[in-house]
Formats: sequence, structure tokens, C-alpha cells
Amino acid sequence: MAFLVLQDGTMFEGEGFGAWPEDFEKTQAGEVVFNTSMSGYQEMITDLSYSGQILVLTHPQIGNYGWHDEENEADKILLRGLVVRELSQGEGSEHGDRSLEEFCKVQRIWGLKGIDTRALTRHIRKEGTLPGVFAHTYQQGMKYWEENPQNPMDMEKTKHWVYKATVQESYEIPGSGPYVAVLDCGAKRNILRSLQQRGLRIRVFPAWSSAEEILASSPKGIFLSNGPGDPSDLPDLVKTVQILLPKLPMMGICLGHQILALAAGGKTYKLPFGHRGGNHPVQDLRTGKTTMTAQNHGYAVEADSLASTGFEVIYKNLNDGTVEGMEHTQYPIFSVQYHPEGAPGPDENMELFERFFAAIGA
Amino acid sequence: MKNMKWNKVLVIGSGPIVIGQAAEFDYAGTQACRALREEGVEVVLVNSNPATIMTDREVADRVYIEPLTVEFLERIIERERPDGLIPTMGGQTGLNLAFQLAERGILERCGVQLMGTSLESITKAEDREHFRSLMNFLGEPVPPSVIVSEVGEALEFAEGIGYPVIVRPAYTLGGTGGGIAQDRESLQEICKSGLQASLIGQILVEKSVAGWKEIEYEVLRDGAGNCITICNMENMDPVGVHTGDSIVVAPCQTLTDREVQALRTSSRRIVEALGIEGGCNVQYALHPERLEYVVIEVNPRLSRSSALASKATGYPIAKVAAKIALGYTLPELTNAVTGKTSACFEPALDYVVVKIPRWPFDKFSDADRRLGTQMKATGEVMGLGRNLETALQKAVRSLEIKAYGLLLPELGDLSDEEIIKRCQKPDDQLLFILAEGFRRGFSLERIQKASRWNPYFLLAIRRIVKLSNELQTTTWQDDLLLKAKRMGFADREIARLWETTEKELYDYRENKGIRPVFKMVDTCAGEFEALTPYFYSSYDQENEGIPSPKRKVVVLGSGPIRIGQGIEFDYCSVHSVLALKKAGVETIIINNNPETVSTDFDTADRLYFEPLTLEDVSAVLDLEQPEGVIVQFGGQTAIGLAKPLAERGYKILGTSIEDIDRAEERGLFDVVLNAIGAKRPKGGQASSLEEARAVALQIGYPLMIRPSFVLGGRAMEIVYDPAELENVVNRAMADFPGQELWMDQYLVGTEVEVDAISDGENVSIPGIMEHLERAGVHSGDSIAVYPPLTLPEPLKERITILTTEIARALNVLGLLNIQYVIHQGEVYVIEVNPRSSRTVPFISKVTGLSIVDYATEVILGKSLLELNLPLGLWTVPERVAVKVPVFSFSKLHQVEPSLGPEMKSTGEVMGVDRTYEKALYKALLAGGFNMSAHGSLLVTLADRDKQEGLSLVKKFVDLGFRILATEGTAKALREEGIEVIPVEKLHQGSTEITDAIRQGVIQCVLNTTTHNKKQASDGFAIRRTAVEQGIPCFTSLDTASAWVHVLMSFLPSLMPLS
Ligand SMILES: Nc1ncnc2c1ncn2[C@@H]1O[C@H](COP(=O)(O)OP(=O)(O)O)[C@@H](O)[C@H]1O
Ligand SMILES: Nc1ncnc2c1ncn2[C@@H]1O[C@H](COP(=O)(O)OP(=O)(O)O)[C@@H](O)[C@H]1O
Ligand SMILES: [Mg+2]
Ligand SMILES: [Mg+2]
Repeated sequence: MAFLVLQDGTMFEGEGFGAWPEDFEKTQAGEVVFNTSMSGYQEMITDLSYSGQILVLTHPQIGNYGWHDEENEADKILLRGLVVRELSQGEGSEHGDRSLEEFCKVQRIWGLKGIDTRALTRHIRKEGTLPGVFAHTYQQGMKYWEENPQNPMDMEKTKHWVYKATVQESYEIPGSGPYVAVLDCGAKRNILRSLQQRGLRIRVFPAWSSAEEILASSPKGIFLSNGPGDPSDLPDLVKTVQILLPKLPMMGICLGHQILALAAGGKTYKLPFGHRGGNHPVQDLRTGKTTMTAQNHGYAVEADSLASTGFEVIYKNLNDGTVEGMEHTQYPIFSVQYHPEGAPGPDENMELFERFFAAIGA
Repeated sequence: MKNMKWNKVLVIGSGPIVIGQAAEFDYAGTQACRALREEGVEVVLVNSNPATIMTDREVADRVYIEPLTVEFLERIIERERPDGLIPTMGGQTGLNLAFQLAERGILERCGVQLMGTSLESITKAEDREHFRSLMNFLGEPVPPSVIVSEVGEALEFAEGIGYPVIVRPAYTLGGTGGGIAQDRESLQEICKSGLQASLIGQILVEKSVAGWKEIEYEVLRDGAGNCITICNMENMDPVGVHTGDSIVVAPCQTLTDREVQALRTSSRRIVEALGIEGGCNVQYALHPERLEYVVIEVNPRLSRSSALASKATGYPIAKVAAKIALGYTLPELTNAVTGKTSACFEPALDYVVVKIPRWPFDKFSDADRRLGTQMKATGEVMGLGRNLETALQKAVRSLEIKAYGLLLPELGDLSDEEIIKRCQKPDDQLLFILAEGFRRGFSLERIQKASRWNPYFLLAIRRIVKLSNELQTTTWQDDLLLKAKRMGFADREIARLWETTEKELYDYRENKGIRPVFKMVDTCAGEFEALTPYFYSSYDQENEGIPSPKRKVVVLGSGPIRIGQGIEFDYCSVHSVLALKKAGVETIIINNNPETVSTDFDTADRLYFEPLTLEDVSAVLDLEQPEGVIVQFGGQTAIGLAKPLAERGYKILGTSIEDIDRAEERGLFDVVLNAIGAKRPKGGQASSLEEARAVALQIGYPLMIRPSFVLGGRAMEIVYDPAELENVVNRAMADFPGQELWMDQYLVGTEVEVDAISDGENVSIPGIMEHLERAGVHSGDSIAVYPPLTLPEPLKERITILTTEIARALNVLGLLNIQYVIHQGEVYVIEVNPRSSRTVPFISKVTGLSIVDYATEVILGKSLLELNLPLGLWTVPERVAVKVPVFSFSKLHQVEPSLGPEMKSTGEVMGVDRTYEKALYKALLAGGFNMSAHGSLLVTLADRDKQEGLSLVKKFVDLGFRILATEGTAKALREEGIEVIPVEKLHQGSTEITDAIRQGVIQCVLNTTTHNKKQASDGFAIRRTAVEQGIPCFTSLDTASAWVHVLMSFLPSLMPLS
């Protein structure tokens, strides 16, 4: 038997798959979040922004088209678990490399299937994001919470998830165009691919790299990537960006956007249950035009906190009015909370990269 | 923002229900009208179809039930002077009309502007050349194609691009003569027949992408350029089967996100480039193995698919499209489902939706059931589930084809080779064929190779088959039972496998607490709190369908649109709901048809989108605990559930089960009639051939045979001699095993029909309708006139008395419908239906009073006196209304178009005017008859019609028609001094007749049949050719007389000086 026991005592009983162990002693905890995208489980599972989290997919049939290795968003997997209503074997697309289940086994991902994922989703929506633990019995799960009352996301504060998600050593992606530094907090591969479109030469730096080190390589622009966790727990990174801030053109996505806001003196806060899905309407406040965006974030930038930072809100979420993007009034620096590169999800805002290219003369 | 210039807006409906254009446009149009009026806009509505909610006076400010022709619309526009016209709500009919109105300068002259998507956009999407060049410009791939008028050109093209190619004749009404050619030889053959079938001798030859995945996107765009995709859908049948005939899943199940986004981006680019302002449907073929696609088609309007997408997601596409037409942008609008979030978003589904088409082959056993590029289904059902298997099985049992799982017993007799062959050549039973293949242990590869279905879908079918095998060997096992329920197995199917009764299984399941919960369709996969009370069942943990403590009543809908049970019953269900709401009762509707108004989430207080079976309905009743269930408005589907529901202890409101039985069971019914001294045709019952012979001896020939409890005169036949009797009885016994056969004396005479409301004590009769065709042509296929045309006063009185007495004797609470035949001056009862009927919307529209609303109040306990309804026959208004049936024969190959006691029409139109002739003229015109025909008439009369036919033919001569006739008829006509051109019969080896029809030499056909169904006969070929070429084809002298009568009153005759 396999259980997901939330910290508030709510439990869901299903069937384990993937790395669910034979060893009855083992448990696995994480922050439980849900994503409403109907396709793209592969991109979600390999997105490092889910580090430390247990991902619930609201679409009830997952795994339908198998697993295509070339579409992974990262090589390493820091997702703590996957919850689905129904797991398919991956027969839909005849050219897959393996099944989702096999991938989970190989990558040691704990999976839980056969539970009422809609009930779980509604619970999170009402109660807010909650920590949960995979356990073999309900008692075992409850015991875990007695012994570990803190949020499992925070437990590893000694080392923020970003430092696990980031590259361990800097590396270069060759190109003939202008040179750009990527400050990697767990970047999705499709972001790097999007930057490569114009033949940029890219150097990907670990998140702990110093501003000096980055500047020493003389980039034309700096890109701040997405990544996991609470941005306000990353003071060093914020400081680095503070130093870089006025000097070069910059673009930030998701966590990169939040870091940029913090570096400029703004504030971030935790959303009740985050935005995760491929259907979030974002309005461009300058034109009124609204686009569909892919999102995956649990924190957001406080709009009022940007007042004297030099940044202006240019995109907002049409559903809840949260900040979706900002630009600097003086410098060619801008960032978005959503994922213009999609993967999974709509990619109708790819032209944002064009803006960055223009700023660095690509 | 709303553009203030729109004060008065014209909306065009889609006309009668035909194959390819069904109830979805009533749904779309109604929603659009409501959205417009919500904004204070005055709505003028035109539609010729009375059986629609959109033509209710509550829906539009001004309703015109008039023929959908440019001339009538021009007059309406001149009179009403609307500011704008929305062309995209009435299907292809509405779009074409708007187009013609614009082209002829009528809109400009009257100062009417098109709203929403512009004419230029429509042209760019609809015109083949425009569309191709736009796609080339955008770099969106389309399959290469040419239009040719010679076989040689086609071969040259095909050789250039490679086989296979698909041939589609231009301008045929039936899509006849098309097909997919694998090689030179087959292309030659297909081209020849295609060129012959085309009215203009042209065919389209296109690279075939048959076997690819067929994918649809529903897109909405506003005038400011905001553009969203509401839903994508995947056909289980690969390209080659029309999407309307395909089993469709939403959202796409086998596409990677990369593929989903590539097609999404493409659809948005196309919609953007077209400049659509409103809804649009884009169809794709996607390569099964790599990211390569072609655009198949774009529909720049609301469509059947958009209705499906609306119901599948909960997103009100028509409503939002109407607001966009008024000038709103998507970000300005709120998502009606959550009431808080923006309408500018894309729904997220956390369930799977399956649509299965409903085909008419159960009624048309002779039809060519194979599926291809021409749609044949009359309706559809939708199933919602938390997995594919459940959604699929729910949809299957919603079809009402006596399948409760993936099993059709008759397929068991097929050989293995036949199974594989039928996998290769899809027909309506393919789903069951695939399951049968797995049942026989065929490998996935074998079935996949033959059917080219995606393995993902095939494996779902195989899982169902495997589990049913397991259920057969392991009985009464709770885990397995739960597993089966989670896979959507019906109690009835499990009971069959466990060799027990459905009731016993239900009790067992209840005992074990294995019950479904209800989940909400909320457009957002639970991310936001939703307000819509739109539910489906699931064997899951959390129940979201929390019943309210209010007084409430359940109304059962009528399921899929099929011949014999059409949109009329949805009209009735919706009205019952509206009346209940007015009475302050909470309303709950259960239905499974995504095309209808009844399944719009704001029609009833709560919508349960579920199959209409005992089990599924019981589950809702168990949860809701309503005061009772109303079954009399949902056609035979709902009435059929009355008894089993009552047996489970649920309360049926209205006429009691016992009384329904007394009306439907012949023996009991005879007792009722005898008691009040009503006559009915002599008859008897038989359950074997011997018994049938004995009854025949007693009542004599001609006689009528039919199984009991069947709607639409199915399997009903007129029999003239003992040989025919044997044939017919054997067939009926095979088709309806265990059913009694009713046999009646066939009485020739005028048929009349009555709808009445009864409170058990008093009876109110809104009207009597007289049929133009004599009894023997099904009431649903007859032209009906209100008030009666020829019926003398004493007979009207007699009918009033009989109706009143029958209603009283049956204790009818609510509606009843009676058909009578007047034979030799006497009134005979043919049939009593203790429920609402097909003619209820018609009579409601003529009298201006909603009969269903009154009936509903009666059911709730009001008396007719309290309702101030007149007792007996209502006084007749100063107008005449005529109902004309509409057929879809051109779409159904091999179907016999001649009229008889089996219903064949798919829809109806109404004409209302001050005189009979004018009303008939309008109704015939609206029904698609050519009302200015002249030229040549081809006559072939059966011997028994020759005498009577002569005077009719003389009228054609007077009108100036040239008469062509086959040998026997020609001789008879010549003897009467009529000038005739003889034509050679087909079986004499000549194709002169059919060629003449195809070449346009003949403008009209009068052809009456002898009553043996010999398809190979000349008559059949003539009738088929005529319907396929779209010329009037009369198979009843009465219909032809009516047509000639109208022509004579309106058309000047040709009169040479004598
Ligand atoms: N090039 C093609 N090759 C094979 N099948 C095709 C091709 N084009 C269309 N079809 C099939 O024919 C069906 C009807 O074609 P479509 O153009 O959509 O006509 P309609 O206007 O009747 O919807 C499609 O649903 C598809 O299955
Ligand atoms: N005894 C009869 N004599 C003449 N015509 C009949 C007789 N019974 C039925 N019909 C014809 O057959 C049609 C269908 O029969 P009906 O009993 O009304 O079946 P349904 O249940 O399909 O409405 C009628 O509309 C009528 O035209
Ligand atoms: Mg189509
Ligand atoms: Mg009848």
C-alpha cells in the first residue's frame, strides 16, 4: 500500500510506482503542488524548478505518449515525487524511447497513482500549498510529521535547492554571436535553446559565482534563469545580482525575475498555492493585449514594493492581478514571472528573447 | 468595450435538422441570442425550424419562422432594419445566406453591417483558392491538390505527387463518387464515377493523408487580436473518416506537448491571418510518427465541433463569440464558470471526454454503413470520465443501441478474416469490431495494422476486453468490482458477466458502499472555485455534487438525435425545466447529448452529464433525493426508464407507470378503448410465424406489422400477401427477439394527430393536425396542416370527445399525443403516446402558448381550470401552419427514399401564413423544394396508383411540364390523351433514365413503389438518382398533389391558344 499523508493529516491511498521502495522504513517528503497542464508531463517532471516538491498532475491520464529523451528539460532530477490519477504505459506515440514508469524507476522518482487527484488539488487550493510525505502506512506518515514538523522544503536550508539545481562547474556553449552569461539556478534546457537561436556564445555559471568572476568574462548581457525555492532565502545570489544590476542588459525568467526584484530593493511573497499550468492569462499593461503563458512558481513579486526600485510592472496576471513582468525605466533590463519558452505550454511570447537579443546587439 | 452602434441585431438560424447540421446550432444560436439581450440589444431571429428553443419568443425580441432564402431575409431586413447581422451562428446555412445577402448588395442598401468575422475573412477561409494561397503565404502546409475535369489530368497529377490520392467530386450533394485511390487503376475507376456524379463534371484530386492522426482546434479571437484555443480534440479514427463520424477524444491524448504547441501555434496564426473575430475551427492531419502536419480545413464559424468543445470544457463559446461580435475583447469578459477569473484563458480539463456519433443504420438496414469523408451520423453522445475507458463506456451506453459494454453479440458470427477486413474498412460498428478482435486474442500489431488506430486507443479497448474476461472467470469479488466500476463498466454488463440480474448487482454494490461520486466540470481543473453546477460521475473519493435542501425535480432528457427522436424532445425537456424554475422548484437535468440546449450549464439549476440508463440515472437520484422524476418530455428514451425507475422505488411524476403501460401494451389498451367505445383497426398479437399467419387470416390483407415499444415506426411494414408476411415476420423476430409483434388491419384514409394536456379530470386540446399524406406514411414524415384542412365539424367533435375520454381513461397527468385515421367516415385510433410528442413545438409555435409549460404545471399539481386553459378543443387562430418534413437521403447511400410507415426524416420546417396555400408554399420552400420548377417530369406509377395518378399528371401538363414516362405508365397516360415521351427502363439494359436525371434533362420525378423492397428495381435507381441530384422526388401521390396545388396557385400556367 502506498500513501500520501499531508501535514494536516489528510491522506490519500493509492499504488506506488517508479522508485517506491520495498523497504518499509523509507519515506519521502516534499512540498505538494499541482500543475494543470494537459500535456507535457515530461517537461514538467524534468523541470528543476520542482526541486524538493511532490508534483500532482491534474490531467487524469499521464504517460500516454511515452518518454522522449531528447525532450528532457534537465539531466538531473530533483523532483521528490509524482502523483497521478492514472498512469499509462506510453503506447500513444510509436517513437518514444521508454515509458514514463521506466523513467521514474531509473531516475529514482517516487510515484503514486490511483488517487483522487482532483480531491487533492481542491484541498491544496483551499488550504494552500502543503507539505506531504509518501509513506507505507498512514501511521508512518503521521509519525513522520511528529518528528519533522518543519516544511521539507526548508529543512535543507543549509543548502538552498538552487545550489543543488545549478551546474556544478561553469561551461560554455559555443556560438558566433555576442557573448552572454547565464546565471544558472536550475535553467530549463529550452531556455538555453531559446538563447542559442541567434548563435549567441553562452557561458553558464553556477549560482554561487561571484559578480566579479562573471564580469571578468566580459559578457554583453546577463540572463537570470528559473529555479526552485524561496527567492528571499538566497541573499548571496541577490547580492551578486545587485552588483551586476546597472552594468549590463539583463533578462530574467521566473526565479530570475524574483531575484532581480529583490536585488533592486523589491519584495517577494509566497502565493497561497502558486501558479502552475499552461493557461495563465497575462496582460501587457502597455498594449492591453493578453497572451496565454506557461507558469510554474510558488512565489511572486510584490507590486507595491517596486515603487522606488526603478522597475515598472509591465505584465500582470489577468486572474489575480499578480506581477507577471517588469522592466527598468532606464536600463535595458526586464524580467517575466512566466515562462516565455513554454515547454510545456504556449510559446507565444518567444519574442521576449528578441528584446534581449536587441539589447545586446545580437 | 461594447460598440454602442449595435442596437438591433439579426441572427440567422440553421434551418431544419439534416445530417451534418443538427441541434448544435440551436444551442449556439440560443446562447448567442441570450448573450446579446443581456447587453440590451434587440434581437431579430429568423429560422424555419419550429422545433428549436431559439425560435421561442423568450429568446429573441422578434422571431420569424420563415424560409431561409435570400428573398425572405431581404424582406425581413427591409422591415426590421437591424444595425447588424451575425452570420456565424447558423452553420453553413447561415453563413451562405449572409454571404449572398452581402453579395447582392442587400446589406449595404439597408444599412446592415456584418458583425464579428468579416466577409473577407469568411471568403478567405471558404474559397479554396484564396485559402490555399493564404496557407502558402503563411507557410502552413496543405495537401497538394488539383481540380480536374478529365481522368487524364487526374492521373498526371497523381503520378507527379505519388499515391495514394483522394478524389472528391465538386458539387455533388451526397459526396457520391469519391474515394481513396492507391494506384493508377483504382484512380481511373474512381475518377470516372466521380466525374459522372459531379453536377459540373469536376473533381478534386488531393494527396491522401489517410491514416494520419486527425486533430481539431477550437479557437476564439477578438477584434483586438487576443486569441485563445478553447480545446483540442483528437479523432480515434485516423484521417479518412469525417470528424462528424469519428469517435473523438478531448483533450488530445497521444500528442506530445511539442506537437500540441506546434498545432496550437499554427491554428492561432491561421486565425490571426484570417482576421477572425469570434469562433473558428481548424482541422489538421498530423503524421503519426513525426512532427509533420497538414491543414485539412478551416470553418470560420461556430460548428458542431465548437458545440462539443463547449460541453467538453464548460466554456460557453457561443456566448463569448456573441460578445466579441458586439465589440468586447476577451480580457474584458469574465469566465462564467468561475464567476471571478478572466474569460481570456484556456480551459484545463481534469477528465477525459469521448464523443461517439449516433448513426441511423439501425433504421436503414439497407444503407451503406461504411464511413468515409461524407458524414452520415444524425447525432452524437458524449461521455465524461476520469479515464478513457470510463468516458468511452459511458458514451457507448448513451447510444441506446442495446450495447452496455464493448460487445455486439451479432459480431460473434463473423470469421476472423471478416473481422480484419472490417478493421480495414471502417463502418459504424468498428469500435465493437476492434473489441471483438481482442476478444479473439488477435495481437495488438495485427489489429493496429488493419485499423491504423493509435495503439494507445487500441490498448484502452483491450484493457476493457481483458477486464471483462477476468470478470467472467472471477465473480463476486469486490476489488475486481471496484476496478471494473473505475473502468466504466455498467452494472448491467457486470451482471451479464456474473450471470446475475442488474438489480442484484446494484444491491450488492450498494451494500458494499461501492458508489460513484460526482465531479464538477469547472474549466480550470480545480485551480479556482467554480460556480457551475455541471457534474459527471466517477468512482473516486471526493463528492462535489452536494445536494441542496430545496424542493427539486429531475427532468430526463432524450439522448442523441436520431431519426424518430429529434430535437423536438430537447425542446420539450428545456421547457419543462423552465416551467419548473418558474414554479420555484430546483431543476436537475440528466442528459448525454452535447449538441443541445438542455445540456447548457445554465439551462437547469444542475446538470448531470450522464448516460440515460437505469444505473446512471439511479445514481443521480440516490444522491439528489428529488421529489420525483419527470419522464414524459424526453421521448421514448425517458419513458422507457419510467418503469425500471419506479420498480427501484423512485417516484415518477405525471402519468403513472401503470397508465403508461395501459397505453403502450396492446391488450391493456384494447380494454381501455373498448370501455369508451373507441374503434381501432382490427388486430392481434403474434410472437411466432404461425401465430402471425393465424392473425392475418382473421384480419385480412393489407395489414401492418410492428414490434411493440419502438419509436419511429421502426421495423414497421405494410404487408400485402402471405409471402411478404413470412419475410417481414422473420426479420422482425431476428431484429427484436422476444418482442411481441403487433398486427393491424391497414386502413386507408386521412391521418390526423392531436396533442392534449390532461390533469386527469379535464382535457385541453391545443389543436388537431391533419396530414396531407394518407395513413401509411409515418406521421413524422407527413406534411401536417393546422388547423385541419378537410375535416368536417362532426369529426372534429368526435375527435375531441375521443381524446378527452382516452386521456381520462388513462388518467393522463400531463401530455398525450394521439394519432387517428379517418377511414370511411369513421374515426379509428392508431396510437396513443402518453407523453410529449414530435408535434408539440410545432403546435406551441402556432398557438403561441407553450404547451409543455402548462403540462409541467399540471404535473406539479395544478388543474387546468386553475391554469385558465380552455377545456376541449382550443379556438383556432387566424392563421394556417404547415409542417414539412426534411430528409437527408442524399447523404445516405443505398437508402430507399420512398415514404412508408417507417419514419425517415431527420428534421422539419414550418410555414405560417393567412391562407393554406401560402403557408404550404413557405413550408415547402423552407423544406428545400424547388418552388419555381418547370421542364420535364418523369412519371412511373405502380399499377394501383395509375388511375389516381392520371389526374395529377394532367395538372403537371397544365402547368407546362413535358411528361416522360416508362412503358406501362406511358401507355396508361397516352390512353388518357396525355402527350408522353417514353423512356426505356433500366433493366432493359439502358441507363437513359438515370443519365437524363444526372444531365439535368429531368426536373422532377413522380415515382410510386410497389411494396416489395427490391433495391435492384428501376424505381429504386430512379429515386436514388433523383435525391442525389437534389431534384424533387415524389413517392406519394399526396405529396405531389400538394406541391402541384401550390405551384398552380402561384405559378402562371402556359396556355397556347386552342
Ligand atoms: N487529403 C485528405 N486525405 C485523406 N482524407 C482526407 C483528406 N482531406 C480530408 N479528408 C477526410 O475527409 C473528411 C472531411 O473533409 P473536410 O474537408 O473536413 O470536409 P467537411 O467540410 O465535410 O468537414 C475529413 O474529416 C478527413 O477525415
Ligand atoms: N392500422 C393502420 N392503418 C393505416 N395506417 C397505419 C396504421 N397503423 C399505423 N399506420 C401508419 O403508420 C404510421 C406509424 O404508425 P404509429 O403507430 O404511429 O407508429 P409510431 O410509434 O412509429 O409513431 C402512422 O403514422 C400511420 O401513418
Ligand atoms: Mg471537416
Ligand atoms: Mg405515430
